[in-house]
Amino acid sequence: MKYTSTGNKDTRSGFGAGLYELGKSNSDVVALCADLIGSLKMDDFVKDFPERFVQTGIAEANMIGMAAGLTIGGKIPFAGTFAAFATGRVYDQIRQSVAYSNKNVKICASHAGLTLGEDGATHQMMEDLGLMKMLPNMVVINPCDYNQTKAATLAIAKHIGPVYLRFGRPAVPNFTPADQEFVIGKAITLQEGSQVSIFATGHLVWKALEAADILAEKGISAEVINIHTIKPLDEEAIIRSVSKTRCAVSAEEHMMNGGLGDSIAQVLARKLPTPLEMVAVNDMFGESGTPTDLMVKYGLDTPNIVDAALKAIARK
Amino acid sequence: MTDIENLKKIAAQVRRDVIRMVHKPASGHPGGSLGCADFFTALYFDVLNINPQKFSMDGAGEDLFFLSNGHLSAVWYSVLARRGYFDVKELSTFRLIDSRLQGHPTPAEHLPGIRIASGSLGQGLSVACGAALAKKLNGDKSLIYTLHGDGELQEGQIWEAVLFAAAKKIDNLIATVDYNGKQIDGPVDSVVTLGDLKLKWLSFGWDVVETDGNDMAQLLKAFVEAKNLTGKGKPVVILMKTEMGMGVDFMMGTHKWHGKAPSNEEFEKAMAQLPETIGDF
Repeated sequence: MKYTSTGNKDTRSGFGAGLYELGKSNSDVVALCADLIGSLKMDDFVKDFPERFVQTGIAEANMIGMAAGLTIGGKIPFAGTFAAFATGRVYDQIRQSVAYSNKNVKICASHAGLTLGEDGATHQMMEDLGLMKMLPNMVVINPCDYNQTKAATLAIAKHIGPVYLRFGRPAVPNFTPADQEFVIGKAITLQEGSQVSIFATGHLVWKALEAADILAEKGISAEVINIHTIKPLDEEAIIRSVSKTRCAVSAEEHMMNGGLGDSIAQVLARKLPTPLEMVAVNDMFGESGTPTDLMVKYGLDTPNIVDAALKAIARK
Repeated sequence: MTDIENLKKIAAQVRRDVIRMVHKPASGHPGGSLGCADFFTALYFDVLNINPQKFSMDGAGEDLFFLSNGHLSAVWYSVLARRGYFDVKELSTFRLIDSRLQGHPTPAEHLPGIRIASGSLGQGLSVACGAALAKKLNGDKSLIYTLHGDGELQEGQIWEAVLFAAAKKIDNLIATVDYNGKQIDGPVDSVVTLGDLKLKWLSFGWDVVETDGNDMAQLLKAFVEAKNLTGKGKPVVILMKTEMGMGVDFMMGTHKWHGKAPSNEEFEKAMAQLPETIGDF
């Protein structure tokens, strides 16, 4: 099938819609937020399920600890804040009280990556996937659009154990089918191809599809795979695709160190050494600007994926 | 024999357990464990409404205890075993390879009695707040208890939770501070003083109970007082004065035994002061 956008929508609203649906369907689901209800799109949940909502104030460490404590009473806590504060600020709390203790906490991180935009580098979290994937027991998910974020939100409520769910601020093309099943750890092949595998996550998935179109105009057949789950990584899907194309590109709104590309490189190095080009931010902080300007300046745009694909093919 | 005499006997054995436990691996934190042996004994043998034979993670209908200063693992393990959560023989595996009795407590090894990992300080009160909220959501009238070191109160997260618990009227929570005035680098007052600690808790909106944590009768009274204060819209804290190293003369009056195991010679001296009362593990 050919994926087309049905219009722009923010992924965080997909989270808000999913959370609201969980509020209605699962009485064990509770939500916590550190003074960012509107930004996290938790308004509907707060309005209709006030007894199951915990306003923690600007105290993220306490929020993570409380989320861990709530699981002990059988609750399924969804703790929401910006990605910067949901990971780096509370790494030790997540490590000890959530991951090592293997608690059923869902860490819901909005405004991840460069596309947070004008607030600048303090808030532009691009290390979160790496930080979270290093923790044993932690599942790490980075959906690509509104529909998939909603589906992921519903899916993680059924998974028992710690989950990091990453989404973003800007309105981006909504193109995955609303009824597409979300299976944790199962990559989705969006487009089959034979000459290069493009593995993308989050906001870069749509750009990967755009890049594949441009490559097609150049007579190059690209396979596009949506890696919505960074951990556990669908190694089988990666190996299957690369066995066919013999070269790969990774694309993500994250640091090269610790990101999706780094995970794919580990798989390829161990199982099937293959040329891999990485579209990611290379060891630098972001800055203020519009999301579009930032993605261009930091090399995370569609042409960067095209260039990376050409390079990867040339290295075969 | 009165209940208090019986509790004292158990606490005496627990102190002996603690020294034997840290001596074998030549590693652990005897000071705080000895200081809090009476607290743990009173808590587990008198105060908590618990079901040791049938440990469940959610502890529905039971009181829950969270150890925030996880380095007091030795005394906690000893009391858990003595109370029937697991076989006392397992105490001999403390801090050794393949043991469920990790240096700091963790649910990862599925040791009955442990519901959260602690060791990195300052996190237990937040966990307790969450567990207390869950109790309320579940309509469970049981209480949540915690223990914290006084040095641990230097962690900022503690005060996030202190602020939150009062603001949200978490009144099914009894925190206890092991107020022994000592931490690794020396007296708390010389490291970073806590100032007027009672006033701090009061000003944050908590009810405060003060007690001598090494006097069993006083301790039991303090627990009753604290319990009576629950359910009234405020969280409760017990400021519990203890002596680090209590029960072994050369470990008292100093911070040096916070995290150090005794040599063979010191071990023999300590054993001579800690009689076997209800049977060694």
